[in-house]
Amino acid sequence: MPRITRWFVKTGIVMLAIALAIGVYQQVPGAWQAGVFPVYLHVLVFGWLTQFVFGIAIWMLPKWSSALPRGREWVNWGIYASLNAGLVLRMVFEPLHDAQLVAWSGTMLVISATLQWLAGISFAWQAWTRVKGR
Amino acid sequence: MPGLSRFAVRVSLVYLGLGLTLGALILANLGVPFAPLIWTLLPAHIEFMFFGWMTQFALGIAFWILPRFPGSHPRGDERWSQASFALLNGGVLIFAGAALLGADGLTLLGRSLEATALAAFVIGNWRRVYSLRAG
Repeated sequence: MPRITRWFVKTGIVMLAIALAIGVYQQVPGAWQAGVFPVYLHVLVFGWLTQFVFGIAIWMLPKWSSALPRGREWVNWGIYASLNAGLVLRMVFEPLHDAQLVAWSGTMLVISATLQWLAGISFAWQAWTRVKGR
Repeated sequence: MPGLSRFAVRVSLVYLGLGLTLGALILANLGVPFAPLIWTLLPAHIEFMFFGWMTQFALGIAFWILPRFPGSHPRGDERWSQASFALLNGGVLIFAGAALLGADGLTLLGRSLEATALAAFVIGNWRRVYSLRAG
């Protein structure tokens, strides 16, 4: 299993643990709920499931070439960084934005949206070139 | 990778791009509002991500890597799987379109097609889930 896949899978498992912890938190009576449910949902679906799928796909899809079997490595690391940076920004700033606690939280959500979008589009573009017969 | 898997995985990547674009617009609009009606994209975002991308990608890969049968039809009767992907994509597009246009009657059709798609995939591939060692 290549190094990039190990990072995707292990970070995905950490995100699953975070999502489950948020799920527990949400059930605490009187806990602050503003903006927490969308964060829970996206940590679960994007941070865990999608991240896990991306990591395994980078490993398992047909080789891009014999010299670069998993495509351009810097693109894969860029996808990893962009996905997680975007998601962490959302985890921090969506509840703050919902509660109107930080003036520039809206701008951070736009940056978060852009980073997550960039991660997915880059993955789709690189994976597309590896979807082929023998 | 067989042709049907290539088709399913590539279509799923298109849905990933579409679903993420809708999601990014919704999140950006939450941060800096620019189009109040953008919330109407939410059902299409969810549909594209769950069924168009994730489910279709998983089924496309499963069709490729599940154990094969000896003989001339290693993946069984492929027409079931072909029908499955056609039904799944029809269902996703009909549900997302109906949700966008407010055509509630068609959402039932969309979801029914998706359920039928899964049934077709199960019928076509159930017997491929076996142990290679058991023979």
